[in-house]
Amino acid sequence: TKTRDNFTSKVNDLVARYRTVDEEFFEELEEILISADVGVETVMELIEELEMEVKRRNIKDTEQVKEVISEKLVEIYYGDDEESIEELSLNEDGLSVVLIVGVNGVGKTTTIGKLAYQLKQEGKKVVLAAGDTFRAGAIEQLEVWGERTGVDVIKHSEGADPAAVIYDGIQAAKSRGADVLLCDTAGRLQNKVNLMKELSKVKNVISREIEGAPHETLLVLDATTGQNAMAQAKTFKEATDVSGIVLTKLDGTARGGIVLAIRNEMGLPVKFVGLGEQMTDLQRFNAHQFVYGLFGDLVDDGVEE
Amino acid sequence: MAFEGLADRLQNTIKKITGKGKVSEQDVKEMTREVRLALLEADVNFKVVKDLIKRIKERAIGQEVLESLTPGQQVIKVVKEELAELMGGEQSKIAVANKPPTVIMMVGLQGAGKTTTTGKLANLLRKKHNRNPMLVAADVYRPAAINQLETLGSQLDLPVFSLGTEANPVDIANQAIEKAKEEHHDYVIIDTAGRLHIDENLMGELQEIKQSVNPDEVFLVVDSMTGQDAVNVAESFDEQLDVTGVVLTKLDGDTRGGAALSIRAVTGKPIKFAGMGEKLDQLEAFHPERMASRILGMGDVLSLIEKA
Ligand SMILES: Nc1nc2c(ncn2[C@@H]2O[C@H](COP(=O)(O)OP(=O)(O)OP(=O)(O)O)[C@@H](O)[C@H]2O)c(=O)[nH]1
Ligand SMILES: Nc1nc2c(ncn2[C@@H]2O[C@H](COP(=O)(O)OP(=O)(O)OP(=O)(O)O)[C@@H](O)[C@H]2O)c(=O)[nH]1
Ligand SMILES: [Mg+2]
Ligand SMILES: [Mg+2]
Repeated sequence: TKTRDNFTSKVNDLVARYRTVDEEFFEELEEILISADVGVETVMELIEELEMEVKRRNIKDTEQVKEVISEKLVEIYYGDDEESIEELSLNEDGLSVVLIVGVNGVGKTTTIGKLAYQLKQEGKKVVLAAGDTFRAGAIEQLEVWGERTGVDVIKHSEGADPAAVIYDGIQAAKSRGADVLLCDTAGRLQNKVNLMKELSKVKNVISREIEGAPHETLLVLDATTGQNAMAQAKTFKEATDVSGIVLTKLDGTARGGIVLAIRNEMGLPVKFVGLGEQMTDLQRFNAHQFVYGLFGDLVDDGVEE
Repeated sequence: MAFEGLADRLQNTIKKITGKGKVSEQDVKEMTREVRLALLEADVNFKVVKDLIKRIKERAIGQEVLESLTPGQQVIKVVKEELAELMGGEQSKIAVANKPPTVIMMVGLQGAGKTTTTGKLANLLRKKHNRNPMLVAADVYRPAAINQLETLGSQLDLPVFSLGTEANPVDIANQAIEKAKEEHHDYVIIDTAGRLHIDENLMGELQEIKQSVNPDEVFLVVDSMTGQDAVNVAESFDEQLDVTGVVLTKLDGDTRGGAALSIRAVTGKPIKFAGMGEKLDQLEAFHPERMASRILGMGDVLSLIEKA
C-alpha cells in the first residue's frame, strides 16, 4: 500500500543518514516516537529493547535495524495477542446496542453519524438515541446526522435524564425491529465523578434491558490528545467497561501514538479511525498502517536541517 | 496514575546528594534527565524541552547550584524559574477598539471549545466589563453549530447574528459588523468553524474574514489535553492569522497541560484565559505561575522550593 511505501522511504531516510547504529540514531528515533505522542515510558522501553536486539543480533548497519523497529512497534500494540483487525462485535440476530463515550469535543456525535452510515450501507437498520441532553445544540446535531444518513433519532428535550432517553431508544429500536442502536452521550472529563456515575447508570440501563448489551462500548479518543488519553482510557473503562477505541482526527498532523500504550497496558483495541468530518471518513484500524503513520514526515524535516 | 510529578522524580537524586554539600556534574545530569522526563510526560513539546534543558543545565552547572547547601531544591527552583519565564506574565486584558465595535475572532481546531468560549467571553464582557456584545454564527459547516450558538445566546439573553448555513462566512462576518454598528453593540465575537491548520481552503477562508473585518483580537482556542502536536497547530495558526492571544480550554480536567508551555514557546503569544468547565461562567484569567506548577506536578514542587 501507499502508506507502507511511504513509511519505508521514511525509515530509509533515517537509516541513510545514520550509517551506524549509534547513540545519535537512537536519539532521533526516540524523538520521532515521542513527537507522535507514543509516551515517554513506552518509548524508553522500546529503545532499550531495540538496543538489546541490536547487540544480540550484532547489528552494526542501520539498514538491518529498520525491520526491527516496525516489528517492535507492532509488537507493543499486540503484546502476546494474535494480530488481527478488530471488528465490531454485534449480534447476528436481534438488536445490538453500541454506547459511545468520551471526553468533550473528541468526535463522539460525528462518529455516530459515520457509523450509522457504514452500518446502513451494510444493510442494517439503525436507530440513534440522543443521550447528550446537556450540551447546547447536541440533540439538533445528532438530528442532522440522522437526516444525512436516513436514520431515526430518538430524543427527549434538553436537560432530560440521559438514562431515560436511552431507555426509550431501546424500546423504540426494539419495536421498530432495528439491528443496531447507537447511543450518543454528553462529553465529560474523566475526573468528574458525578458525570462518570451518570454514565455508569446509562450503561446499567442498557444491560438491564437487553442481556449482553451494550455489545460494544466505544471510547472516542482525539488523536491530538497527549498523555491524558491514558487516564481517559483507564477511568472510562472502570465506569463503563469500554470494549474498544475510536481514534478520531487522524487527518490532522497528530499521530495518536498513545493508543499503542493503551492497547499494551489495558488490552483495549482500536476499532476505527476518524479521518475527517464527512460520513465516509471512518475506517477500520490497521496496526501496521498506523505504525507507519507514526513516523509521519518528521524524518523528512530532519533531512532538510 | 502512573504519572509522577517532578518532585517525586527528583526525590531519589535529592536524597543522594543531600548532605554531600556539593553536587557533581553527574548529579546535575541525573537531575536534568528526570526534569526532561517529567516535562515530556506532561506533554511539553520535545523541542521546547530540549531548549529548556539546555538552559537549565547551564544554570545548574553554574555557581548558584553547585555551591548551594541544598542543591536539589536549587535545581527545582531553577526549573521553576525557567518555566515561569517561558510562560510569561499574566495578561487577561481584551482589546478595546478606538471606534466600536471591538471585533474578536475565535479560531482553532475542531472541538477545541471555540463556540463555548465565545459564549463565555460574551458573558464575561457583559458581567465584568459592562459591555453589550453580539455573537456571530460564522460556522456554516458543523451540523447544528448555529443552533448551538443560538442556544448559548438565549441562555445569556444576548443576540446572535446568523444568515443560516447557505451564506458565506466572510459575508456573515461583514454583515454582522454592520448590524452591530446599527444596534450599538460595542463588542462582536465571531465564532468560526473548527478546522485543521493544514486545510488550505478553510485557513484561507479565515484569512479572508480577517482581512475583511480587521479584528482587534484573534483568539486561538486550544484544548489543554493536546499533546506534542500543539506546537504545529499553534505555529501554523499564528503564521497564517497572526493570533493575538490564546485561550486554553478544559483545564478543569486532570491533564498536566504541557501544551501551554509549548504554545507559548513557539508563538510568544500570551495565553489569556483558561476554560474551567462547560458552563458559561467558567472562564478565568490565565495564571502562568500556577500553570508552571501544574505542569511540574502541582504544589509539592512549590513546597520543595520553599525549603530551598
Ligand atoms: N478533522 C476531523 N474532525 C473531526 C473528526 N471527527 C470529528 N470531528 C470534528 O470534531 C468536532 C467535534 O465533534 P463532535 O462529534 O461534536 O464531538 P463530541 O465528542 O460529540 O463533542 P461533545 O458532544 O461536545 O463532547 C466537530 O467539528 C467534528 O466535525 C475527524 O475524524 N477529523
Ligand atoms: N469541561 C470543559 N468542557 C469544555 C470547556 N470548553 C468547552 N468544553 C466542551 O468541549 C466540547 C466542545 O466545545 P465547543 O465549544 O463545541 O468546541 P468548538 O471548538 O466550537 O467545536 P467545533 O465548532 O466543532 O470545532 C463541548 O462539549 C463543550 O461543552 C471547558 O473549559 N471545560
Ligand atoms: Mg456530542
Ligand atoms: Mg463550534
